[in-house]
Amino acid sequence: MQTGYKTTFWISCAIVLLLLLVPTLGSKYLIDLTTEILIYALFALSLNVLIGYSGNISFGHAAYFAIGGYSCAILLTTYELPLIISMPAAIILSGLAAAFVGYFCVKLTDIYFAMLTLAFGMLVWAVAFKWRAVTGGDDGFVGVNVPAFIDNRYGFFYFTLFVVTVSAALLWLICHSAFGRTLVAVRENRVRAGFVGVNTTRLRHTAFVVAGTFAGIAGSLFAMYNRGVYVESAFWTESGQVLIMALLGGLYSFFGPALGAAVLYTLQVGINQYTEYWPVVLGIILLIILMFLPDGIIGLAQKLRSQFSRKA
Amino acid sequence: METVLQTDQATKAFEGFVAINNVSIDLKKGEKHAIIGPNGAGKTTLFNLITGHLSLDSGSVSFEGKDITGTAPHRIVKLGLARSFQRINIYPRMTVFENVQVALIARDGRSFHLFTLGHSLNREESAELLELVGLSDEAEEMAGELAYGKQKQLELAISLASNPRVLLLDEPTAGMSPAETVEAIKLIEEITEARGLALLFTEHDMGVVFGISDRISVLHHGELIFSGPPDHVREDPEVRRVYLGQSHGAA
Ligand SMILES: Nc1ncnc2c1ncn2[C@@H]1O[C@H](COP(=O)(O)OP(=O)(O)O)[C@@H](O)[C@H]1O
Ligand SMILES: [Mg+2]
Repeated sequence: MQTGYKTTFWISCAIVLLLLLVPTLGSKYLIDLTTEILIYALFALSLNVLIGYSGNISFGHAAYFAIGGYSCAILLTTYELPLIISMPAAIILSGLAAAFVGYFCVKLTDIYFAMLTLAFGMLVWAVAFKWRAVTGGDDGFVGVNVPAFIDNRYGFFYFTLFVVTVSAALLWLICHSAFGRTLVAVRENRVRAGFVGVNTTRLRHTAFVVAGTFAGIAGSLFAMYNRGVYVESAFWTESGQVLIMALLGGLYSFFGPALGAAVLYTLQVGINQYTEYWPVVLGIILLIILMFLPDGIIGLAQKLRSQFSRKA
Repeated sequence: METVLQTDQATKAFEGFVAINNVSIDLKKGEKHAIIGPNGAGKTTLFNLITGHLSLDSGSVSFEGKDITGTAPHRIVKLGLARSFQRINIYPRMTVFENVQVALIARDGRSFHLFTLGHSLNREESAELLELVGLSDEAEEMAGELAYGKQKQLELAISLASNPRVLLLDEPTAGMSPAETVEAIKLIEEITEARGLALLFTEHDMGVVFGISDRISVLHHGELIFSGPPDHVREDPEVRRVYLGQSHGAA
């Protein structure tokens, strides 16, 4: 193993260990916050396969989060299927939805790609909004059946930690695989990658499916956490928020988006206690990122470290 | 001699402007064939048509006897035809090493291996290719930060990584200093000899063109006006007429 990978491995292990200890601190509030952050972190990491690694900006990523959420909720509750079937099925459905939408989106590039993801995202939202009988429409899908072992704060926390850790590990492997490396090449220069023999359209399609599938995992966790799914989760502002999370942490590092999710979500929860003007704050944060932190928090840290080591 | 690459009456227009007009050229096995012509003659366009980057309006392209008209670039590369670009075409935010490694991963059909760590793949061969083009010391640098001439060499390494039998080089020495040009051309000659490649290239430096070509073709306003051995080019009346008054002319 490369030394850099070893360091990453041990730091990740340490973080997971620390997270395992969160419930022992005895704060229910902290457990809930950490659970929510973990879910958003996975959501942001999934988006980054598309944005950071393959260079395709999506404004419709919330669609797969929502499809995962609704599917899991409906299968658990309406069809009373066990979790072991409902959740994998929900994840597969999110992946299939991404495969379908991605098929059209990857035919386009740049802003046209982004706009088409937005269009499909709004379509998913509209379906969730109108299809009352199945989704509950704007009342939301409430009263999700969750199995007993996760029907309590502690159980759900450990379950989420487990699922997010395994998912993040898989995403890490995918991003550092032969495929991941090729994805970066496609981001850097699509034409050149084609001329070394890469089917760049198919590669981007695969990235789209991977991103959608893992967003579906995050979405199904969120549905069970809330015991409900709301139509707002499919709205384009959700896609915007997860995009900002990824940007804030840094697109060009694997863990950046997870860090961005933690920082942004904590800020949101904190600020919501004092004012209802979160969108204003969000706008200012976005401004700061674009003007001063083009590579996010991780990018800034790397720059500071290299300056420091140069002086030393 | 066996023909490996051929265009048959290739034609391409951009919004009415005919950039390539009825061009039929071929490339023999092991041949070094130069395409020359003033700026805007259509050389790059011809390369783009051959490699599938642009689609033909009419005519056809065949590679080793197989019709490849309308075939996607990534498929053409897999058949054994690689190219480099006139304007730098590398992956700037990847290391020099990774630039080459990704090409080898693609050649070996591993671009879709989602669960194979990329880091350890094709390391030796990547290092060998970088050594070949003289970039061993820069392997861990970001490709975008290399000096211009070195980026050109990197492009060559990337093109070679796909193990082509036919190589198309579009102005491989453009932007290089005279010293760099000499080095680069020496290297290209060595590699094509060693690997038995057929080479189709464009080049503005006439010294280079006449120094290494087995055959020279002249494009003018999208039309092929001459194709033959180097010592016949200068005598050709049509070529003389076209190049009359051109300071860097072949005549
Ligand atoms: N994509 C394009 N769209 C419109 N015109 C083009 C395009 N590519 C090339 N041309 C035109 O075709 C002509 C031939 O260009 P090119 O093949 O680049 O010439 P060369 O490589 O011989 O300098 C030029 O007049 C150029 O402006
Ligand atoms: Mg040109």
